[in-house]
Amino acid sequence: MAKRPIEPLFWTLFSGGGVIGAFFVPLLLFLFALAFPLGWIAPPSYESLHHLVSLPLSRLFLFVICSLPLFHWAHRFRYTLYDGLQIKHLNEFINVFCYGGAILGTLVSAFLLWNF
Amino acid sequence: MNVPTARSAARYTPYHPRWYRRHVSTYWWMHQWSYFRFVLRELTSLGVAYACVILLCFIRALSLGPAAYEALQKRLASPVFVVLTVLSLLLVLFHTVTWFSLSADAMVVRMGGKRVPGALITASNYVAWLVVSGVLAWLLLR
Repeated sequence: MAKRPIEPLFWTLFSGGGVIGAFFVPLLLFLFALAFPLGWIAPPSYESLHHLVSLPLSRLFLFVICSLPLFHWAHRFRYTLYDGLQIKHLNEFINVFCYGGAILGTLVSAFLLWNF
Repeated sequence: MNVPTARSAARYTPYHPRWYRRHVSTYWWMHQWSYFRFVLRELTSLGVAYACVILLCFIRALSLGPAAYEALQKRLASPVFVVLTVLSLLLVLFHTVTWFSLSADAMVVRMGGKRVPGALITASNYVAWLVVSGVLAWLLLR
């Protein structure tokens, strides 16, 4: 694969997202996608959660939580398709799909949190 | 018989030359456990991305109102989402474990001129993970 000067930036985002994914994501995924919906643990009330998310510091935190791991995904998934399935002829399309998806997700999270 | 000239000297054989390169199967990662584990580790990123999308859905539902917040939780309790979430959660936990093991190799921490052993770095990562999860849980559940 051709070396591009932008590559180090992707690696930085990848490892930053990896750290977020390792430290913060397991508990958040467990609580919000499993324990709260299935009623294992009583979910926080709408008002209290809304208040918590509306704090500027929480919004900044959530922006990092929602955007960096997407770049982590983009980087890893791109190389998995490249090495694992060896679909090199689709390389350009895969790059656009992965990094484009991460950029789109970042824009969506910025939009949602800015207007919260 | 033709005497070969400079122009016609090139001879072509019907045989394809053998490359000094072996063909790698598309399923190379399924032949050995360590290769499979590598690809599985890379695929944990799917679980991480899934979690991001779920969190974004929650932020959107919260900004829409209490009804949307309830509706999202109801939707996530459906069997399809429960299966997706359980699979993603397993992947994310595998990511956490492999990431902590990896950080022992990636980070060189020196203390008093000596390199801190990798096991200690991994262990301190687990402690930090517990602390972070505890603080998050306290913030959300108090």
